[in-house]
Amino acid sequence: MSSVTRKPLILGNKTYKDITDDICQPVEAAPGKKWFAMLLSAKMLFLFYILHIAYIIGVGMGLLGVNHPVAWGTMIITFVFWIGIGHAGTLISAILFLFRQKWRTSVARSAEAMTVFAVMTAGIFPLIHTGRPWLDFWLLPYPNQRGPLWVNFRSPLLWDVFAVSTYATVSSVFWFIGLIPDFATLRDRAKTKLRRMIYGALSLGWRGSARDWAHYEMLYLLLAGLSTPLVLSVHTIVSFDFAVSMLPGWHTTIFPPYFVAGAIFSGFGMVVTLLTLVRIGFPQFKDYITIDHMEVMNKIIMATGLMVGYAYCSEFFIAWYSGNPYEVYAFTNRAFGPYWWSYWIMFSCNVFIPQLFWFERFRRSIPVMFVVSIFVNIGMWFERFVITVTSLHRDFLPSNWGMYAWSWFDTAILFGSFGMFLTIFLLYLKFVPAIAIAEVKPVLFVGKKRPGHGGGH
Amino acid sequence: MASGGIAGLWLDDHEVVEAARKVREAGFKKFDAITPFPVHGMEEAIGIKRSMIPYVTFVAGLTGFLSAVALQYWTSAIDWPINVGGKPFFSGPAFVPVMFELTILFAALSSVGALFVLCKLPKIDPPVIDPDVTCHKFAIFISEEDAAYNAERCEQLLKSLGAKEIKKLARY
Repeated sequence: MSSVTRKPLILGNKTYKDITDDICQPVEAAPGKKWFAMLLSAKMLFLFYILHIAYIIGVGMGLLGVNHPVAWGTMIITFVFWIGIGHAGTLISAILFLFRQKWRTSVARSAEAMTVFAVMTAGIFPLIHTGRPWLDFWLLPYPNQRGPLWVNFRSPLLWDVFAVSTYATVSSVFWFIGLIPDFATLRDRAKTKLRRMIYGALSLGWRGSARDWAHYEMLYLLLAGLSTPLVLSVHTIVSFDFAVSMLPGWHTTIFPPYFVAGAIFSGFGMVVTLLTLVRIGFPQFKDYITIDHMEVMNKIIMATGLMVGYAYCSEFFIAWYSGNPYEVYAFTNRAFGPYWWSYWIMFSCNVFIPQLFWFERFRRSIPVMFVVSIFVNIGMWFERFVITVTSLHRDFLPSNWGMYAWSWFDTAILFGSFGMFLTIFLLYLKFVPAIAIAEVKPVLFVGKKRPGHGGGH
Repeated sequence: MASGGIAGLWLDDHEVVEAARKVREAGFKKFDAITPFPVHGMEEAIGIKRSMIPYVTFVAGLTGFLSAVALQYWTSAIDWPINVGGKPFFSGPAFVPVMFELTILFAALSSVGALFVLCKLPKIDPPVIDPDVTCHKFAIFISEEDAAYNAERCEQLLKSLGAKEIKKLARY
């Protein structure tokens, strides 16, 4: 029988030293003009965002299009969008780790960074959406002088407070734990005293003794095990914000798995968008984030895209099968009502376009996957738009119907949030090794012949 | 190990695992391997016991779970019971999400705390055997506190096991 050899995970004839040099290079070299140009544009967008957020906080939520009957608008839509983006990072870092998927090592660091930054970007929206963000501490159950009046633990909105804050904390800690050995590498390579001090402090004085590694690997396994149910719970609880209400189109049991699949789908879309750009910006990373890696992610995009497509169809079927006229109307209205265009943008971007990935040629083509991933991002934003706006704008009583009054501020915070995310991501690429050095080294010889030893493994 | 000792450096991870096993077989106890990444088989070679962090995780997770039950029960059913939609004051199913989240939060943060305690992190500017042991070199360090320690014998042993370089350290 012919032996099944694995494809190498790292291309080229590299040594351990080459890996360190390649990955540390962007952190140690002076940044190029392109990086500065990108940072400057992202920062301008970020400043634009800050100004608009400040204006909204100063003047009030009325600047946005939210009003009766559509009381949830861009803030909630974009919050769900960014939280969903984060899910792919945890899937790669935790779930694929538990499944022993070795290819994850090359992309895990950047995907996790994306998670942390996406959750940061997302977290701002509900805090402002409260309308009086200076009173946001009311969300927490703390002893107060009003009784004490406690929060309502039966409310999905409160579950969200706990879910999102736990997710933000645990994924940041998980990311940082992964970074400790790499910071130690940067510390030991540092040429100047300042660098040594900064990376020395960040590495917490990590040494890499076998005893430390034994504890470290155990912790990594435990955090992966804890993050796996956590990430599934987060979007489940986000979907409860909708599903626990009584509104047609929201009140369905399919929401938790449907939201989780959509989150992973959108997250991988964003990972592919970012990594295609990282590969262009840092050509030496092409040996680590190979076309094979990108192809695997495109397969996941297609699989989760089909799950999302199944959910779209199942919702229609159940609406008809339930015999509930309000439910039937909610869905007919989604596809053929005044917001028909948003529904069909969503459907084409999420279900039709990823079908291109049935063909190996497209799965392995960088320009094709970049374009598809952008469509996936657009489609998934529209999915949340469709769910939020179309269900609210026409509920039970025709006298209660209305449209979402999209304003300039809605546009500003939607695009501005990308400014925040990209600014942080660009800074990350400059100051943090974008590939996990200590995780990539052990898989160096996968699918290759080890020099000086008989056969690969 | 805040003591002096002797260290050998290797360039290959398989060789260093073999060497570590031989050092242990030669009767040394207070020695350690310092590697840039977790080397497969090193724990068995040195004879490191399984990490005890999982016990911390379990106890912390249980604490988180019980805290969530207690917090929700006390605030919703005892301190100020409020009738919300005719639901019981202790609404079991509705309280599950917060129980779950606090279980995870306590378990994750305590496990990280346990790592810090067990590895004695953070260390402030610890001595380094060689700046390349976080890059491509693999070290075995034998502490002078070991009962079988003898500088010359150790140097001989490490060299015979294929160490490319030997370093004496006053403090490590």
